[in-house]
Amino acid sequence: MSLATDPPAAADPATGARNHDSAPRAAAARSAFLHYLGSKLLAALVSFAITLLIGFVLFQLMPADPVQTLTRGHPTSYAQMVHLRHQLGLDQPVWRRFVTFVANTLQGKLGDSWQFQQPVSGLIAARLWPTLLLTGASTVLSIVVGLWLGVRSGWRHGGLLDKVTSSVALTFWSVPTFWLGMILLIVFSVGLGPIPALFPAGGMSDPSLPQTGFTHIVDVARHLVLPAATLVLVVFAQYTTIMRSSIIDELGSPYLLTARAKGLTDALVRRRHAVPNALLPSVTVIFLQLGGLVTGAITVETVFSWPGLGYLTYQALQVPDLPLLQGTFIFFSASVILMNLLADVAYRFLDPRVRAQ
Amino acid sequence: MSTSTLTISAPDTSHPTRGGALLRFLRAFVKRPAGLAGLAILVCVAVLALAAPLYMGQNDLDVTKVSGPLLAPPSGGYPLGTDQAGRSILLLVLWGARSSLAIGAIATLLTVLLGSSVGLLAGHYQGWIGKGLMHLTDWFIALPSLPLAISLAAVLGQGSTSITIAIAVTSWTGTARLVRAQTLAVEARPYIERARALGAGNLQVMLRHVLPNVAPLIMVSSTLTVASAILSETTLTFLGLGDPTSVSWGSMLDAAFAGGAMTAGAWWYLLPPGVAILIVVLGFTLTGRAVEHILNPRMGVGT
Amino acid sequence: MTLLQVRDLAVSYRDGSGTAPAVRGVSLDLDTGQTLGVAGESGSGKTSMALSLLRLLPPGARTSGQVLFEGEDLLSTGWSRMRAVRWSAASVVFQGAMNALNPVQPVGEQICEPIMLHDRVGAKAARTRALQLLDSVGIPASRFGAYPHEFSGGQRQRVMIAMALACRPKLVIADEPTTALDVMVQAQVLQLFADLVREEGIAVIMISHDLAVLAQMCDRLAVMYAGRLVELGPSGQLIGAPRHPYTAALSRAFPVIGDPASRRAPSGLPGDPPSQARLGAGCSFAPRCPVALDACREREMELWTCGDGRQAACLRVLPEYSAPQGESS
Repeated sequence: MSLATDPPAAADPATGARNHDSAPRAAAARSAFLHYLGSKLLAALVSFAITLLIGFVLFQLMPADPVQTLTRGHPTSYAQMVHLRHQLGLDQPVWRRFVTFVANTLQGKLGDSWQFQQPVSGLIAARLWPTLLLTGASTVLSIVVGLWLGVRSGWRHGGLLDKVTSSVALTFWSVPTFWLGMILLIVFSVGLGPIPALFPAGGMSDPSLPQTGFTHIVDVARHLVLPAATLVLVVFAQYTTIMRSSIIDELGSPYLLTARAKGLTDALVRRRHAVPNALLPSVTVIFLQLGGLVTGAITVETVFSWPGLGYLTYQALQVPDLPLLQGTFIFFSASVILMNLLADVAYRFLDPRVRAQ
Repeated sequence: MSTSTLTISAPDTSHPTRGGALLRFLRAFVKRPAGLAGLAILVCVAVLALAAPLYMGQNDLDVTKVSGPLLAPPSGGYPLGTDQAGRSILLLVLWGARSSLAIGAIATLLTVLLGSSVGLLAGHYQGWIGKGLMHLTDWFIALPSLPLAISLAAVLGQGSTSITIAIAVTSWTGTARLVRAQTLAVEARPYIERARALGAGNLQVMLRHVLPNVAPLIMVSSTLTVASAILSETTLTFLGLGDPTSVSWGSMLDAAFAGGAMTAGAWWYLLPPGVAILIVVLGFTLTGRAVEHILNPRMGVGT
Repeated sequence: MTLLQVRDLAVSYRDGSGTAPAVRGVSLDLDTGQTLGVAGESGSGKTSMALSLLRLLPPGARTSGQVLFEGEDLLSTGWSRMRAVRWSAASVVFQGAMNALNPVQPVGEQICEPIMLHDRVGAKAARTRALQLLDSVGIPASRFGAYPHEFSGGQRQRVMIAMALACRPKLVIADEPTTALDVMVQAQVLQLFADLVREEGIAVIMISHDLAVLAQMCDRLAVMYAGRLVELGPSGQLIGAPRHPYTAALSRAFPVIGDPASRRAPSGLPGDPPSQARLGAGCSFAPRCPVALDACREREMELWTCGDGRQAACLRVLPEYSAPQGESS
């Protein structure tokens, strides 16, 4: 009786024939992936189109006559108003205005800010880096902290760490993000009782220090601590929850018993076997939560006067500076749509089981 | 398809009546300490908020008429300190509850109405209406909620109405998804097919058969929606989109922020509104989760 | 030479209100190179018994008794010693067709893992050894980096066998190794396993509810019912001339491969195995036993010797109760 192979099965080529079978299989996998990518891309484009539509309706159609707002306080003749209206393209039919709007947006022409008297796109470009820094650092920290806590909580679910973590997470979710920021500010920046003032109260850097070099990096880092901490405290719970339930799902799996039977310590079984399997379902969720981080960033930047897009939005609200608000709205929405698309694609790559399909 | 024996056999007395179901629910609810705690919190807060005009006069809130020390820490007469105008923070927090709870409740009502309608229609009509509504919901979910809420409220102008509408517009998708999933599940049951065979029209199927089954889930979802609506209201008011004359927790925090309470170290101005929000949101969350556990005992492990 | 001595092994699970006994006082011996099959229905406690030998039961389980492996009581050693013994001295072959292999790790790495852990060699040496092992079970070297889902059920089982032999253990416990496989594949895998363990002189405890499989593989058989051993002896004799009514029923239910006489329609056994909670005095099998006596429900059962190397926990093997066996084949 031959020991070499099992009876040939459809998905299981015999020993020697492997190379022949793999080429058409790889091609099929590639086209399936392209098909998947295509459908996700299409969905993202549609979402973006809807965003533009909503932006147009909100900012071009709904508000009161912009000419009135612009010329408030300046005596303007009726003829001048008509001229201004024509200049701004407000006398065109609606569909025409929409087409112009879309064309402009796609070229990056987002209008001029009323309060700053500068192109909106320029303002967004200037404030982009601080927001990326803040949200990036917060995301990385939240993921690390959240996943670690999730693994430990789920591995011994019902234990002390689990209960404490979930209570703390619930508390932080139940308060406004900006309030946490203000509390951190008052405790660690202004100093409360015995706690001294440890961190700066606002902004991204100290203008009196050199704006480049190592001192600058340390300075920015010091300014980053409190706002990032605020965001992390609110956001980490989402990652903890998903990782915890993923680990709990894996707990009864037979391969963990195999690992234990091999003589691995509990920590190794958890780290080398349970976590990689539990991580996969968590990954999509991680990417999808990035949208929530955007929301938090707006209020946190406001509290700490962090010169990013969120603070820009707040400043736009004060007037209200409609072109600027429109620009930030479109930008935020487009970013989140892009993040979701990247998440879907990344997930496809990471799971070897999904890859094989 | 097998025929149910219920329609042919004698009346099954072990089958619970409507009233019996409610009683069983209440009995199950009483056994859950977290849910009871949540409910107790809500009742207390509601009573305090509703009864506020009875123990507070307009004088306590009017900046021109108060006589307390300006931005003073807690002391005998003012247990939570005073604000920049000399008003008692404690009274402000209690009065602010009215505004925050009202907006939260109304926004939730709108959210639930909008979300349930969309969900019901999307689940009931399988054709392009249903698919279209489902796609619409998915697209809406893709949009980040705060920028949309801010933009909407800004364009509608400052005020409580704008905030309420903005919250409803950004929160309805959760309810819609839930209701749609439940509608699909309910309509797959055999008795719906029989009802249609007996001539029930679309509206009748939806209202008389699907809705009663969906109602408990909507109830659970609303408690959790109120919690997040209150948080959203606070955020939007803090950003300056609320009614400048009315007192709410968000406006108190906005005043604290803009008035430099932090640089002055006035923690008593900062802490109470946040703690109040925490308490109320916890109340809704605990109650909602307890109800959810009772209605769906097959919840995941470890919750 | 005695490799394993099990004395009064008992396992019970805590389940909410009370404890449910799964294994009640099992004692057996195993010599080097010997193969022992453990047969029984689901719920008879055979898997619990096997896993408890290496303390692999879940945290809610309570184990008592002695498991002397080369003279050392595994149930009372410290955990680091236990982990060192696992796999290097005694390994386990689980149902590979099911999820017993890590889905997101290449199979080659999974085989290398215990080698690097116990033999303390580097990755390269471990890989060489792993490739040897894969070759010995008929899996080509090119599949070293493949993932479990890329193999068929039979191939995965062979990977599990290769993995179990990685650290040259003295004992392999095989828990239902071929249950999820097709009959043809099952025969191949069993033959492979038998050849490999015989070459290396490895002792085997094989658990199965399939008597035919055990008859083919094992020198000796132990039959478990409701947590207890009810019969023990050389497999051929046990199946051909069972002394316990349960063994007789089992052997009637499974036609033995290659034995035309047993290929008549298999007969079942009325009733269900007793639930773990409701176990009273006397023989647990009495309610279903076709030849039960009144004394069966009262007397405490033991494994009584009834032949050379044979034991049975049935009153009927005792001289005072023996009657013509009306139900024998």
